[in-house]
Amino acid sequence: MARRPQPTLLPVPDPEASPAAVLPMPTPIPTPTPTPQVTSAASRSLLAKLLLERREQVLDAWVQAQARKLARDSGRRPDADVRAECEALLDALQSAVASDSIHVKSPEYVEVTRLVDFMSMDRARQGYSPTETAIAVFSLKDSLLGVLEEVCGDQPELLVDEIKKMNALVDDLGLQTFEAYVAGREEVIVSQQQSMLALSTPVVKLWDGILALPLIGTLDADRTQTVMENLLQAIVDTESRIAIIDITGVVTVDTSVAQNLLKTVAATRLMGADCIISGVRPQIAQTMVYLGVELGDVVTKATLADAFQVALRMVGADVASVGRI
Amino acid sequence: MAETTSPVEGAAVRPGTYPIVSDDDVVQFRHEVRAAALAVGLRLIDQTKLVTAASELARNALEHGGGGLGEIGPPETAGRRGVRVIVEDDGPGIADLGLALTDGFSRDNGMGLGLPGSRRLVDFFDLWSEVGVGTCVIIEKWAL
Amino acid sequence: MARIPILKLGNNLFVTVQVDVDDQLASTLQDDLMTQIVATGAKGVLIDISSMEIVDSFLGRMLAQIASMSRILDAEVVVVGMRPPVAITLVELGLSLPGVRMALNVDRGIAMLGEALTVGGGRDGGDHVAG
Repeated sequence: MARRPQPTLLPVPDPEASPAAVLPMPTPIPTPTPTPQVTSAASRSLLAKLLLERREQVLDAWVQAQARKLARDSGRRPDADVRAECEALLDALQSAVASDSIHVKSPEYVEVTRLVDFMSMDRARQGYSPTETAIAVFSLKDSLLGVLEEVCGDQPELLVDEIKKMNALVDDLGLQTFEAYVAGREEVIVSQQQSMLALSTPVVKLWDGILALPLIGTLDADRTQTVMENLLQAIVDTESRIAIIDITGVVTVDTSVAQNLLKTVAATRLMGADCIISGVRPQIAQTMVYLGVELGDVVTKATLADAFQVALRMVGADVASVGRI
Repeated sequence: MAETTSPVEGAAVRPGTYPIVSDDDVVQFRHEVRAAALAVGLRLIDQTKLVTAASELARNALEHGGGGLGEIGPPETAGRRGVRVIVEDDGPGIADLGLALTDGFSRDNGMGLGLPGSRRLVDFFDLWSEVGVGTCVIIEKWAL
Repeated sequence: MARIPILKLGNNLFVTVQVDVDDQLASTLQDDLMTQIVATGAKGVLIDISSMEIVDSFLGRMLAQIASMSRILDAEVVVVGMRPPVAITLVELGLSLPGVRMALNVDRGIAMLGEALTVGGGRDGGDHVAG
């Protein structure tokens, strides 16, 4: 079991309170004092102040550092949009740092991580490797280092402190680009898998009001989801009353396959259609009985042809009874 | 055929916290979860599953937890795009967690909490509960 | 307080459930339906849920209850228009609503209610085998 992240209990909110009253007052950014003793709170806002006051300088240096690294490593020239992308990220970073948080996972950094994720996927699309994108983000360090040295070169303790914080922050951002890249690739893979699943579970219209779904291979959890989605949509599109699910091509019918079949039958029934399961071999019948799988009212037939006969009868009977009203 | 939706350019899940102390709050919370799912570009089936799961949890908090709080935000699972929903209450807590989470598919485990069902609807499910203290459930649905 | 309207057409009652149903509204609908079945002597109830994007376990159980109670009052209930994502989600929740008759759309639903009114109810046993 999970444990709750914070041990503090939340009070039940007062339904009378207006949302506006609940927002906290923004804390003012303290200006760094010229005294040699500097508190850590003021140090964080030094970075924020620099990002604000030296914005153009930081941005230019960063874009140049990226261009240098890119040319050196792969002989490429950066896209014209790079500057705009970096500008947006710097602005978001400035707001986040100014909020006195340096944790990339905190809510203050939502906009920053969103832009980093977007940058990562955008660059992947342009043909950058994930390493190149990460290096581009890491090169922000060169730019910020330069500015920090200028501003507090004469206060070595403050300089070291600031460099540590800045370093940790940019490292997190660089790593974020990798995570985003991996997640992006996974999305592509899963979406391709789903397309393949959809292609391999075709729904065929046998007759007016009768659909057939020949299953081949396995009927695992993912496949079942695709099958249900395709079949139910087909029922809506064709206004079918019967769905014949043929399991001749399903190699193993164990408990989970049987449950997935029953799930599909149940979902079909909720759409006002009935299922007939065909291709039930004697061994399957035996397995189901041994496993205690209850098929209930579901009609089962040995062959698709038999199932089709039954289906025609069912559909034919409907037409006759409607005519009687 | 499976439909694909692409996320609205530049959209993200705006974090929000919502009280759950009345029937209307549950309906409202469903709307907010739906809006978040739409903003992130979840497929319709995934939107439906997420909102339904959130509805189950919100109702639990209201009926068994004496009212609670719902939060909506981006996932915390590394690199995942999607929606994270947290529902927590200071209610009596769940005495038998094992029973509450027993996944007997066609069997309602009798606790009426719908937790195994909600768990099947989402990609990430985490639960904390302590008798006399409260319950907190965290779920995530990812854009895949 | 808002109520879901119930229409009477012939021997049947018609209900169209809107999108946002909170628990209170659902309970009120159940009460109103039972009252109306008795008051009008209706033999059929058609519940159109084609606008519902979300049906959670509470609403699912409510539909099942309405069907059971109506049957006791000698009326048949048909629920029509369940959307595919809703059907898949309900089944995943473990709710297959076995006691509730379902139809794809209003036309089919009316046909089913008509069938239920024939002597003996249900389809006749005649064989209409093609070819």
